[in-house]
Amino acid sequence: MTEYLFIDLDTERWICRVCAHDFGDARGNYKEGTLVYDRDPREIHPPVIDPEKYEFTFSPDPLFCRILEFYCPSCGTQIEAEYLPPGHPPTIDMLWDIDSLKAKWAASGLNPEEAVNYGPGENAVTDLSARFDGTTGHNHAHRTEGI
Amino acid sequence: MTLISDKFEATDDGGNSAQLLSEQEQQWVDKFMDETTLFLGPDPAIMRHHEIMPRTPYEQQCIDEGIDPIEVDRIRKRLAGALDEAFEMCESMGAAPGAKWADLSCAVYTAEGDVTYLSNRGVIAFSAVLHHPIRYIMKNWKNEPTVGINPGDGFFHNDSRFGMVHNTDQSMLVPVIRGGHIIAWVGATIHEGENGACEPGGMPSGSETPFDDGLRASPIKIVERGLLRRDLLTFLQHSTRDPKLMLADIKVKMGAVRRIMETVDRLIDEVGQETFVASLRMTVEDVETEVRRRIGELPDGTVTFNQFVDSTLKENILIKFACKITVKGERLIVDLTGTGPEILNRAINSPLASTKAFMAQAILSYWWPDLPRSTGALSPIEVITEEHSWADAGYDAPVGQSLQASFRGFSALQTAFAKMQFSAPIKYSNVVAPWFNQINDFLWGGTTQNGEQVGNLCADLNGMGGGAKAFRDGEDAVAPLFCAMADIGEQEVMEEEVPFLQLVSKRLVRDNQGFGKYRGGMGYEMIVASRGTPNWGFMTVTSGSKFSSVPGMFGGYGCPVYPLAIVKGINIYDIIKEDPTQFDLSMERVMNEQPFAGGDYQSAHMGLQFDVAKEGELYMIAQGAGGGYGDVLERDPELVVTDLELDRISAQIATEMYGVVWEPGTYVVHEEETRQLRADMRRARISRGTPYKEFVAKFVTEEPPAELLYFGSWGQEDDEELIATHWGGLEPQRVKGKLEDLPLIMVPDRRVLKITRLEARVLELEQKYGETVIHKS
Repeated sequence: MTEYLFIDLDTERWICRVCAHDFGDARGNYKEGTLVYDRDPREIHPPVIDPEKYEFTFSPDPLFCRILEFYCPSCGTQIEAEYLPPGHPPTIDMLWDIDSLKAKWAASGLNPEEAVNYGPGENAVTDLSARFDGTTGHNHAHRTEGI
Repeated sequence: MTLISDKFEATDDGGNSAQLLSEQEQQWVDKFMDETTLFLGPDPAIMRHHEIMPRTPYEQQCIDEGIDPIEVDRIRKRLAGALDEAFEMCESMGAAPGAKWADLSCAVYTAEGDVTYLSNRGVIAFSAVLHHPIRYIMKNWKNEPTVGINPGDGFFHNDSRFGMVHNTDQSMLVPVIRGGHIIAWVGATIHEGENGACEPGGMPSGSETPFDDGLRASPIKIVERGLLRRDLLTFLQHSTRDPKLMLADIKVKMGAVRRIMETVDRLIDEVGQETFVASLRMTVEDVETEVRRRIGELPDGTVTFNQFVDSTLKENILIKFACKITVKGERLIVDLTGTGPEILNRAINSPLASTKAFMAQAILSYWWPDLPRSTGALSPIEVITEEHSWADAGYDAPVGQSLQASFRGFSALQTAFAKMQFSAPIKYSNVVAPWFNQINDFLWGGTTQNGEQVGNLCADLNGMGGGAKAFRDGEDAVAPLFCAMADIGEQEVMEEEVPFLQLVSKRLVRDNQGFGKYRGGMGYEMIVASRGTPNWGFMTVTSGSKFSSVPGMFGGYGCPVYPLAIVKGINIYDIIKEDPTQFDLSMERVMNEQPFAGGDYQSAHMGLQFDVAKEGELYMIAQGAGGGYGDVLERDPELVVTDLELDRISAQIATEMYGVVWEPGTYVVHEEETRQLRADMRRARISRGTPYKEFVAKFVTEEPPAELLYFGSWGQEDDEELIATHWGGLEPQRVKGKLEDLPLIMVPDRRVLKITRLEARVLELEQKYGETVIHKS
């Protein structure tokens, strides 16, 4: 469903594409299975001009903006980074109709792990299959993404 | 027929089965309304609908005579060729700076105003919004004895409340008439710039009423039977600061439209009127049909993407642009409920039609760019908004810088689509992170070195950083979100016409990136200073100085925020004449080292109202970056050290963000140490992260922080319940309720607030030190 998230249509679970961690019910919010960190945005976007001298510096104002980082609890992959006002509820960004997904993939006759790529063009063709061994029925060899 | 209703009807559809009045009674009502109408404003029956019109009886008749798909395709290609030629005419001859950089569009429309085909280059949104004025003209002026529509006529308008992206654009709409019947329309639109607003350049960040937005031309017949009307032209020229621009570009648009008409005439002679009309209609319908089919290929579900905008362009606030997109079968619903209310004395509000035009922009350029460029693409998409939200502003709201809201309509669709289409086995565009979405640019105005009064903008608005793709870095300063093949202009050519220099023109700013596995395209900085003018000033018109304008995608980070930096009280030209080594300018060096004695160094948000720029005073901004894609710890270390070597990123980012260890001097990556550092960083994430529910319990608050001037829903459980900041007096009060229940929102003058604060402080000090001062008002 995303760069780092599978939905296992058999078990109806959100799965980490990197390590097979189970994030929970695929009919619900995958974020509920993540670890979250409230990041001061100045740590990500360092100031270019001196914050001791100026109010506006290239760094977001932490009183306006926080960055919520969502991690996989098993492999530590950063699945999402959401920019929010302090205290604003994290967004439930995706809710999928699992019955419809099942029906569409069944009708297509395709293997999702083989059929999905990044879109048109030779350089968008990629391997978006699981990066883990067959712990949930997948039989792909383990592979790493560089270092 | 002048009755205003919310019912959407074809102009020649006389039937109305739901009519409550008898035919005689309706005639009486119509006659009464015709005789007593004060004036014809924007018509909600036209302005609130974007669906293609039903087939007219004549279109049906033409289609019934038979369709040859090959011939339709041939006609479409001929039209595309004519439109591209007309586009190039505008680009080559246009007087507006925007025209020279492709900020324009040409199109052919059906008789009812639906866009059949747009020029392949240019701004999709410009033409995609013009069905509104065409329908207005057809409804109100076609049978109006004092106006009428005749061969050779041309209609002008610029008021976005009648259907225009923003008031700085101007259109020329010309009917195609055969046998006394209007069978099509041809149009051209250019971003003209100057429009007589309260500030020069056509996009006033300082407008506080619609009257500050400048020229507000509803559709008027500026060309009558082939002749440009001098009386109306004179009125238009007198209404803006740049009469030469007005004259030149009306003529340029007339010429471009004439060229399209020549092709249309030849086509009709060759294929016949009926085949021509049928091909226009079938293109619109075919695109709509194909869009429904493609929606059906997407997974059913809901994707939510909320944006937070940090400025009214006068003060920092936080106003939400909420968006939920639901796909169900072949239906796609865009719901903006939860978006903040309009602010009745600030320029950031957008008419609904402008917001939708940028949705069409996203669809035709980022979702399905292979489709014929017809607004049949937006037609089947349902859009839910609340009138009097800032994305759907009412008639009385200023819209001078409406791009603040309408661009968010673009970003809502562009960003959400990465999630909507990721798992679809068939894609028509690549998975891409958010494009930068602000016009980080200088607007300017005053008297040129040639003695002319002008007001316009730099081409750098076209240098937005592209979002990272899923398989490669975003491109630096590649294109604005609204125009795939725009130009950032020839600076030396511009400097012949305007009295300022870009002392730093295209220098990338280190760490100005959306970091990720693939990083967003970078933006560059611009430093300008006026020279050789008795009267000059600059403006900036964007938000995003406290809250990042675009996020990343799938773990990638968004862009940083962008300050405006100014050094007043110096003349840089005298300084570098005295000591040429001082020409080493960058925002970082100038602001941090403050090397020029006597200078007043200031940083501010990017909403600068027209500011008088004395010779040699420095104004500095940076262009924005696109969002990053994927986890930073998956970025190829070789790409990291390449960016480091090119000074695109700092050593701090290479180490602390990307977790790369390298050999200083040679930039050779130490693979094992890098692997170890990244493993440590992943473990550190797991260590510092909090389980979601526990985190929410700690982080989430019932309301925004008290000090935030907030507008919009809070969370997404009840998007109809809005929070707003209301000034009953000088102190802000938080109010809650449904949009229709909120008080009118107006922000007090920030200078008044500052004076009030200072007066209170003075009083406090007087009391503290026992000084008695009589203050007379």
